[in-house]
Amino acid sequence: MRSTFRHGVHPPDSKALTAAVPLRRMPYAAEVVLPLRQHAGKPARPVVRVGDRVQRGDVLAEADGFVSSPVHASAAGVVKAIGLWPHPDGTLSDAIRIAVDPFNPQIPRPRMVPDWNGLTPPEVVKAVQDAGVVGLGGAAFPTHVKLAPPKDIHLESLIVNGAECEPYLTTDHRTMVEYPERVHFGVRIMMRALGVKRAVIGVERNKPDAIERLRATLPPDLDVIILPLTVKYPQGAEKMLIHAVTGREVPSGKLPMNVGVVVQNVGSIATIAEVFETGLPLVERIVTVSGPGVRRPSNLIIPVGTKVRDILEFCGGVSADATEVVLGGPMMGTAQPNLDVPVTKGTTGVIVLTRRDTPRFETLPCIRCGSCLEACPVFLNPSMLGLHAQAGRYEEMESMHLADCMLCGACSYVCPSAIPLSQMFALSKTALKKARSKVVA
Amino acid sequence: MSTQTIRLELAASPHLKSPDTTPRIMWTVLATLVPVVLAALYFFGLGALLVIAASTAGALALEGWLGKARSVRDGSAAITGVLLGLTLPAGFPLWMAFIGGAFAIGFGKLIFGGLGQNVFNPALLGRAFLQAAFPTAITTWPKVAQGWTTVYASNFAWPFMHPTDTITAATPLGMMKFEHTGTAAWPLMVGSTGGSLGETAGLVILLCGAYLAWKGYLNWRIPVAVLGTAALFATALHLASPRYPDAVFMVFSGGLILGAVYMATDMVTSPVTPRGAWIFGAGVGVLVVLIRIWGGLPEGVMYAILIMNAFVPFINRGTQPRVFGTTRKKRVRGGKEATP
Repeated sequence: MRSTFRHGVHPPDSKALTAAVPLRRMPYAAEVVLPLRQHAGKPARPVVRVGDRVQRGDVLAEADGFVSSPVHASAAGVVKAIGLWPHPDGTLSDAIRIAVDPFNPQIPRPRMVPDWNGLTPPEVVKAVQDAGVVGLGGAAFPTHVKLAPPKDIHLESLIVNGAECEPYLTTDHRTMVEYPERVHFGVRIMMRALGVKRAVIGVERNKPDAIERLRATLPPDLDVIILPLTVKYPQGAEKMLIHAVTGREVPSGKLPMNVGVVVQNVGSIATIAEVFETGLPLVERIVTVSGPGVRRPSNLIIPVGTKVRDILEFCGGVSADATEVVLGGPMMGTAQPNLDVPVTKGTTGVIVLTRRDTPRFETLPCIRCGSCLEACPVFLNPSMLGLHAQAGRYEEMESMHLADCMLCGACSYVCPSAIPLSQMFALSKTALKKARSKVVA
Repeated sequence: MSTQTIRLELAASPHLKSPDTTPRIMWTVLATLVPVVLAALYFFGLGALLVIAASTAGALALEGWLGKARSVRDGSAAITGVLLGLTLPAGFPLWMAFIGGAFAIGFGKLIFGGLGQNVFNPALLGRAFLQAAFPTAITTWPKVAQGWTTVYASNFAWPFMHPTDTITAATPLGMMKFEHTGTAAWPLMVGSTGGSLGETAGLVILLCGAYLAWKGYLNWRIPVAVLGTAALFATALHLASPRYPDAVFMVFSGGLILGAVYMATDMVTSPVTPRGAWIFGAGVGVLVVLIRIWGGLPEGVMYAILIMNAFVPFINRGTQPRVFGTTRKKRVRGGKEATP
């Protein structure tokens, strides 16, 4: 175990704002908005109609196929509308709006998720899908899909991602400090479902209290290693984490299961445990509200679908010099044009940045300093890719492994000429996809 | 402030940016050249400062006149001017230095399209031009240690006039080449020998380079490869026959250290890949020794770097990094390893 990967960058982690702030529950807002697409894969299919009265935890939309995930009511109330609404990814997307009933005690129906004991692995997979659990680390890949690998795959171990390498974010940190038993319980369920005997929880060294709490609460019968990792971005990227833990490289274009491992975010693991413990589907998540532009930086347990505006007001509003409101971490998150956008299952943070954090540098020509090559965790040549992107030579970029770029932003972060490399690569990927679909059509 | 009145800005991720910018790198490099310039002032007198000022003025004048708007502010033209000045002798006529600086920027950089586009190191191209145009003036080396207030009559020569005679001294490399006499190691290292302004204070330059490498503003592989290869090659030759100078002389004489630390590492004209940097540096080291010992000139750093500059695109192509999760090295169409 080498506990890190090659290359990467060191942005200031800025986690001190919220690292020691205990989790708090945010009260229900007047309205919650639940997009049908809160996960990677096919959007969910609505099963309610406008005017329907729903209880907390009721199914609003069901999974459309295997790589899909249902959406549940995060608050009791009345379905107000079903239609387009701002989505955290910057688009307008179909969503179900619920007017929250202010007099409802918000007590869920009893045990909608079965007791895990006695369930066969396929039944666990089904229960996890029905509970709407997706990866809570940001990408929101449906968790149950990872729990059902093809027959010819031999799995050796489960890797739990507690790296939390994005600056500012402390949701996984607080989960590990406050609910370590829940993490271990989730690991137990996952190991049973996957049929693996070993697990490794990777945690960056800047969270010593989390490492200590996880070790102190580890059940003796569980073969789990808590592995401290070097503090470096993007340590929490799946392929980087696998390399840090096993020394293996996931082959280009392949999945972690091809090297015998499954990676789950520590927040997702804790959610699986919580879902089986309480019997309530995924209707709330932990969100870090932080950044120099927030009056009261907090770690909050928030009903999914709560609007960013309500969250910021709850945290005391924003400072006068705030410039950007980012959903997710500041390295890969999306700046929001509209504060009525809701928090979804994949939203890890609401980060408010000020002018001091987001200076606008003039973009200068590439001076071929090579900083981006030494930053890229997958050993691409962003400098040359950038030149190709500017000239629109997308096929050249493809032959230089553009597909392996995960848009982590390390190259843009270090570029002294402030060339928006990762933005150019995102656009190039889209352009290639478009060109491909045209060929097919 | 209430969220009702906030003015939101949109930008693509990442929303953070490291504070290192191209102008900051350039101005830091320039700042580390101050001790080198001061060493030149100490050894050669005010004349040295005037030569550096003249070449820098030439470079800035042309960048300001023909360069893109505000490109003077990025600091790269000033570096070119100062570095060019450091390759010149102390008694060099100022008007020639000015022309050299202007040529370096005009034909070394702007003609290719400005910052980041040039193939050859502009300062060295400027020096190559001066060597071709004024072969006598550029090989007239005044004696060192005449006091720091020294200015040279030849500094003020009128354009196109024969410079006044200067009391000259041979450089260590010249003595090695033409008179077959060596120079003691210590004077070479501290710089009390004849030569160009920046050729003499090897230890000062190494210290400044180490600082830049620590800041991450300089690819340490290049100077290590240049100096290491030159030293190894020289040692091998010296062991074969004591006729050839040893490694200490090879490294500390002439402009090798200045070239290795400040010129071969020019980001624009050196390889971007880490492996390419090693190949490039080793190529410079080998060429320097070859030119010094078997070439017609006493010094070869300038040509060694310029020749290797020409190979950089090939080196870059041949040393593309192995992408994570792939095994075989994928060959780029038409690419081949450049072996110097």
